[in-house]
Amino acid sequence: MTQTIFEKSARGRCAHAQVPKTNPNAAFDLPAHQFRKRALTLPELSELQVVRHFTKLSRRNFSIDTHFYPLGSCTMKYNPRGVHTLAMQDAILSQHPLSPVESSQAWMRCLFELQNMLSEITGMPGVSLMPMAGAQGEFAGVAMIRAYHQSRGDFERNEMLVPDAAHGTNPASAVQCGFVIKEIPTEKNGNLNLNALKAAISEKTAGIMLTNPSTLGVFETDILKISEWIHQAGGLLYYDGANFNALVGRVRSIDMGFDVMHLNLHKTFATPHGGGGPGSGPVTVCEKLIPFLPAPRVIEVGGQYQWLTEKECPQTIGRLAGFYGNSGILLRAYFYMKLLGREGIQRISRYATLNANYLLKRLSDAGFEAAFPDRLASHEFILTIKNSAKSFGVTALDVAKRLLDYGFHAPTMYFPLLVPECLLIEPTETEDKQTLDQFIEAMISILKEQETRPELLKNAPHTLPVRRLDEVKAARELQVAD
Amino acid sequence: MPFIPHTQEDEQQMLQVLGVSKIEELFKEIPTELASPELKNLPSGMTEMELTRWVRELFCKKSMLNFIGAGAYEHHIPAAVWEIAGRGEWMTAYTPYQAEASQGSLQLIYEYQSMMTRLLSMDVSNASLYDGATALAEAVLMAVRLSKKNQARVVLAPKNLHPHYREVLKTITGQQNIHCEEIQFNDKGQVDQFDLIQKITPEVAAMIIPQPNFFGVIDDVHALTRIAKERGILSIAVVNPIAMAMLSPPGEWDETGVDIACGEGQPLGIPLSFGGPYFGFLSCKKEHVRQLPGRLVGRTQDLEGRCGFVLTLQAREQHIRRGKATSNICTNQGLMVTAASIYLSLLGGTGLSKVAQACFENSHACFHALKNISGMRPYFASPFFHEQTWKFEADLPPILNRLQNLGIQAGIHLGEYDPQFKNVLLLCVTETKTTEDIKRLADALNTILQELL
Repeated sequence: MTQTIFEKSARGRCAHAQVPKTNPNAAFDLPAHQFRKRALTLPELSELQVVRHFTKLSRRNFSIDTHFYPLGSCTMKYNPRGVHTLAMQDAILSQHPLSPVESSQAWMRCLFELQNMLSEITGMPGVSLMPMAGAQGEFAGVAMIRAYHQSRGDFERNEMLVPDAAHGTNPASAVQCGFVIKEIPTEKNGNLNLNALKAAISEKTAGIMLTNPSTLGVFETDILKISEWIHQAGGLLYYDGANFNALVGRVRSIDMGFDVMHLNLHKTFATPHGGGGPGSGPVTVCEKLIPFLPAPRVIEVGGQYQWLTEKECPQTIGRLAGFYGNSGILLRAYFYMKLLGREGIQRISRYATLNANYLLKRLSDAGFEAAFPDRLASHEFILTIKNSAKSFGVTALDVAKRLLDYGFHAPTMYFPLLVPECLLIEPTETEDKQTLDQFIEAMISILKEQETRPELLKNAPHTLPVRRLDEVKAARELQVAD
Repeated sequence: MPFIPHTQEDEQQMLQVLGVSKIEELFKEIPTELASPELKNLPSGMTEMELTRWVRELFCKKSMLNFIGAGAYEHHIPAAVWEIAGRGEWMTAYTPYQAEASQGSLQLIYEYQSMMTRLLSMDVSNASLYDGATALAEAVLMAVRLSKKNQARVVLAPKNLHPHYREVLKTITGQQNIHCEEIQFNDKGQVDQFDLIQKITPEVAAMIIPQPNFFGVIDDVHALTRIAKERGILSIAVVNPIAMAMLSPPGEWDETGVDIACGEGQPLGIPLSFGGPYFGFLSCKKEHVRQLPGRLVGRTQDLEGRCGFVLTLQAREQHIRRGKATSNICTNQGLMVTAASIYLSLLGGTGLSKVAQACFENSHACFHALKNISGMRPYFASPFFHEQTWKFEADLPPILNRLQNLGIQAGIHLGEYDPQFKNVLLLCVTETKTTEDIKRLADALNTILQELL
């Protein structure tokens, strides 16, 4: 490793240009016990040292800008630089969230138009931009489902149906809203098990949380039947929009029967993942859930943009953020959609799907095993290497780590949990054919290596700043700060 | 279209490999009746040049002298912060699940955790949460899980806590039948200790202690922490991170400190940006770490004994524990933490203390510049940090409008949050304000009030 910033620190050093001028003789009218007693020991470095330290650290990361990053379910597509540069203008950044609405019209217009665009794409008339990540969107959606049932005096519906393939956030969010989880198993072809679903539906069913295409990378072809059954039973359908890149501009959520959904702007709408956030998870809802949307949201009255607050929406589930959510991320998604326009948005799913199926076909032909060989890929697909595991003792983890040596970020591994030794691969639409072909070559080499030199995989990576790291030691000794 | 690289030839070759003639054939599993209508309300695409011009014209505005605080603060952000945080290696990396390919992000988060524990004088900091308000909500959920009392489902939240934070608490904790009981404040704007003690019943798990509070008032946090300890409830601090470079940090309140400390990280190098993205920080005593939600980075070794960093205690999190996780939180605010770490490193302990001192000096200079203007008087007579409250003898909203027309955003009208504060202004001054700025505000207020009264 490189030294930590604390090891580079020297007492008394400082980035002088950054320190404001203060009065050396200032007397502070505060009781002594209110002051910090011990000196604050943050790193002490020159500005150059700081710049160099964090520039060097950055080079120890894989990123979309430096590497192909086929991380399934995460949609690591190109994050346009122009969008970022525009969102970082001073006139945009200097706007205080509590500025009077008269001076916030430009910002509010962008948010309002983004609401409309998301509404158009999903076919859902109500939108709240407030949730700050997919998981918070889920929380908002599930809380709205609960509020809807309760508003009808329907207090017995305490069960949320969740497929066993769902993202971990789905059950976690539902539990946070006080629901009991009923897990629904999956069929061999990747679709939901309809018999099990039928048996699970009851007068206690509040709703179901689905991802489509599912986390198994295939389209849930029974979706219309599922939505009919759930609706007949009085439940609502929650749509986890994590995989919306497969359908954006092609299928509207409302037409699949969904009542409420979240969109991951950091996936489908190309806002930066930032090394783990900020995300952004706006929710869109059907007509009957509009009264429950988180507040505030933007409306337009006679050409002026205004906030619709809790006062005007007494049934709202409430506020989810200190201000309006991750506004700067919302702005980036809006700019991205302005660049793409209608045609551009409709092309996303086409090329994301072409790239995924091309990879799936070439890798299957080369000898990798598809988890669902009879199905088309959506924007992503799953390989299982369970047979290699049996024959050569090589795991999905080993393949993933070896790919890093070849200069590719690893696919998502061991998710979904129900496919053994799996790799979930999502190329996105912004990757060119040469890059895909290079990735295929690397995978084919690894396939050979697992027979001829399996230790190369088991001990991978070999070329990165560190070798495999001891996670058990980290948890046992738990050193989490210097 | 703008970012899809396929040439016609690429497309033909790929389709040939797939044995289909058109891309549409790859969608044959999707029932045709699901095909989207035309999406007429989406606009046509633009080039980057067109979009740039459009955005610049839309956001062209005269610059404002800003005295609004209330949870989001204008500070100087060193150029190096976003020059470096804007590097693609930071911006376009995913969560560091593949540790070997993410040592940059992991070491940075480890350093961030270290800096935050030092600033707050706490044992453990997580890798951040969405924002200050949600960090507090997670702190409350954590405290209820930690409470040794059965049936403890009440958390005491003083009314001088930011009203938005109180709303977020209600939204999030209300879903789990946790009740936030309000504590009154006294005529100094500080927590009413008498009311607090009365409300500590066996159902109470924890109390929230803001410092400074929504009114900018500095409270007797040592006494409040002592009350919590003596009555066997957990203490949760909500603090402004810049103020902690000068004021007693929560880990030292009443000597042994609070159980959990959280707050809004925006002041540490994050632009106002109309309310986000910001980040929330959350820290706790070591014995509480297993109930701490969110990501956490730990130090370890690789196969060759070299030091490295990994995400640790992941068994608390949703992707492993699913419905039994400590929280549904998946993302942190990685990019904002990157900026904050660079900010804190540039300032260092001394620099950050100077920023805090400059804020304090300027806000008090402003106080003295305004105190002799007739038609307004200080509302809470208490020590304060950034913010100060002023009661106006005239109707405040038209005064704020006139100031706005003069290019001054003088603060927020507290009457909008609570009718008892009709015509009370909450005004904030940070290190960015000069003597001239303060004089401009004072002169404008003087002129307007003289005309009105």
